[in-house]
Amino acid sequence: MGKNELLEKIAFNVIQGRLEAEDEGFDEGLEGKPAVTELVKEAIEQELDPKIIVLKGLTEAMEVVGKKFEGEDYLIPDMLASAECVGTAMDLLSDHLAGAGVEGKGKFIIATVAGDLHDIGKNIVAIMLKGAGYEVIDLGTNVPTEQIVEEVKKHQAPYLGLSALLTTTMRVMGEVIEKLTEEGIRSKVKVLIGGAPTSQEFSDQIGADAYCKDAFQSIDVLKALAS
Amino acid sequence: MLDKFREGVLVKPYERLSLEQVKWLDEASMQILADPGIWCYNERAAKLFKKHGADVREEREGYSTCWRVSFSSGLIKEAVAQAPSRFVLGARKPENRLLLDALVPRVYFGSGSEANVWIDVEMEPFASINNPDIQVKVPIFHKRRGDSSLLCRAARLCEQLEHLDFFIRPLNIQDPEVTSKNHDVNKFFASLNNTTKHVQAGLTETESLKDVVRMAEIIAGGPQALKENPIISFITCVFKSPLQLVDDTTEKVFGVVETGLPIVISSSPQGGSSAPIQEAGMVAQINAEILAGITLTQLIREGSPVLYGSVPVRARLDDLHDMYGCPEFNQYNIDCVQMARFYEVPCYSTAGVGDAKVPGMQATFEKLFTHLHMAMSGAQYIHYAFGLLDRTNSFCPVQAVLDNEQIGKIKHCLRAARVEPSVVDDMLKTIRKVMGSPHRLYARHSRKAMHAGEVSSPYRFETKEWKDNVLENALEYMKQLEKEAPPYLDQTTVEQIFNEIPGLLPGLRQTVS
Repeated sequence: MGKNELLEKIAFNVIQGRLEAEDEGFDEGLEGKPAVTELVKEAIEQELDPKIIVLKGLTEAMEVVGKKFEGEDYLIPDMLASAECVGTAMDLLSDHLAGAGVEGKGKFIIATVAGDLHDIGKNIVAIMLKGAGYEVIDLGTNVPTEQIVEEVKKHQAPYLGLSALLTTTMRVMGEVIEKLTEEGIRSKVKVLIGGAPTSQEFSDQIGADAYCKDAFQSIDVLKALAS
Repeated sequence: MLDKFREGVLVKPYERLSLEQVKWLDEASMQILADPGIWCYNERAAKLFKKHGADVREEREGYSTCWRVSFSSGLIKEAVAQAPSRFVLGARKPENRLLLDALVPRVYFGSGSEANVWIDVEMEPFASINNPDIQVKVPIFHKRRGDSSLLCRAARLCEQLEHLDFFIRPLNIQDPEVTSKNHDVNKFFASLNNTTKHVQAGLTETESLKDVVRMAEIIAGGPQALKENPIISFITCVFKSPLQLVDDTTEKVFGVVETGLPIVISSSPQGGSSAPIQEAGMVAQINAEILAGITLTQLIREGSPVLYGSVPVRARLDDLHDMYGCPEFNQYNIDCVQMARFYEVPCYSTAGVGDAKVPGMQATFEKLFTHLHMAMSGAQYIHYAFGLLDRTNSFCPVQAVLDNEQIGKIKHCLRAARVEPSVVDDMLKTIRKVMGSPHRLYARHSRKAMHAGEVSSPYRFETKEWKDNVLENALEYMKQLEKEAPPYLDQTTVEQIFNEIPGLLPGLRQTVS
């Protein structure tokens, strides 16, 4: 397969949301044909420029996906499927990108706070941000405040996302921010919060940097913070 | 085998009555038909009943002659058994045909009644007295007298409502040029020129039948084509409850049955005035009336396609008006669906009428109450389901749009469960795959079902903001639907109809350019 054809196929499969060969996609007859995982591996084997793979194969395809979502041709599951393809491709490419001197958009630590086991929203944000080019470190659910702060310190992460679904656990987000302040690293990390019971008002109250009502807003917020 | 027809929704029927109770009601109906029997005001029917062994006695009642007819259960059952349990209601577009099968609970929803009033809804802004910055839009309702142009508009709108399976004229045409002589041809032409779905109506004059059938033959492509694809059918309210066979409607039954086109034998007694208010009495009586009507159709022409038309209503006990939005209405109607199934005759049933005069919470509640119950009952053909308000006195187009959304949800809700080995295997595979992923999310695995339309969508008229904009959103959606090109008949067909059929209003003559 030629290099251009390979890039086109990667982009096509990102738009189709086909992660692996066994995935169906939208069009008939795709099942069993190489998808993003197989195609990116082949691209690496053929020594395609990883920057070109990211730009032509992934980024441009995600722009198409974004437009389809705005046009309501795609819904959340479609966006997630495509984002997951990009995230996986980025994992496969990460060493090669570093070797090529390309930096990611930064580390994003994400966690559901202590006392809360809910993670649907958190997982969606994680997939979307990974698909958007961030290095996502997902700490999981019911994560103690101390551990969250330790991970921020350890990874020197510029971004922290906190999630809670329960009205009883949302206050823990404030405790995390207090702990970051106590440890003297509050100014080094931007804290984004989200989850059903949270709001802009609550975000202001606990001193977070941003409230995100959904995954899309988290991407917008991060773009704004980076500029 | 019919290759194209509207899917409707196949349901697993909800039944109120046990088989034993159905048999008790059947026996009660047979007893009613034997004694007191029926009061027949049509001589042809009386003679026909007598010829087939009924006990018929002539009586004088005031200025008119009446024949008291007592039936044996054998006569009734033999005749009803001749009625076909399966037939097709045709349509201009093959994919809009309906497959009626008494033994298959495939549910179709359509419009109905012949309301005199059309209700327009406008949203008018109002500002708070305390704070003029706070504004809300409030619906203002305008009544209009029904006419042929509004009937055309109703048919065009109903063409666009995806969950409306058949069209019964929802509006009476009261143009100054419309008389009883040309009422039927204009009513049918306005409907047939503006929808490709099955068209059904009653007849104002028996004499119009010939012209209406000829019009349908021209559209269908000739007499044989109309037989194979009956794009029209007729409703006859043959009984005046209790138990009185009306003279002129009975003549219409003779006329329609002789054409071979499908007919509804409909009865609409009111529990508490023209029928017992108690469930058992109401259902025994309406069932007796409908069976006598079906018997008549089969004695006129064996095997003629007929629908068991049950429209039992309840009286309000404060003013004796019809009452549709009450539990008894559902009970009577579900029982009737079961009776029709027992006799293996497709059922024309009733849902979606309410007592509310305008769109709003009462209308939604009352309509959902019957839309859902009657769909659950497995009635094959549910009329009155779109746009009717104020009992059956008004048709409101935006209400039809709201009903369409509600019925769509109900159709979705009642679809058969897809649980079978291959599906379960696929699900197990998906569960294992998701549990092996870091995020344990099923979202990406929802895509196939989502894009195949297997998954329902959010309520079409919901508002994201903290307010209820349903009516406003529905009006906006209605405007979009009304921009769609009308499905007019081609010019040659219209020319032929106008040349052959007298009495058509020139204003109805739109054609495809």
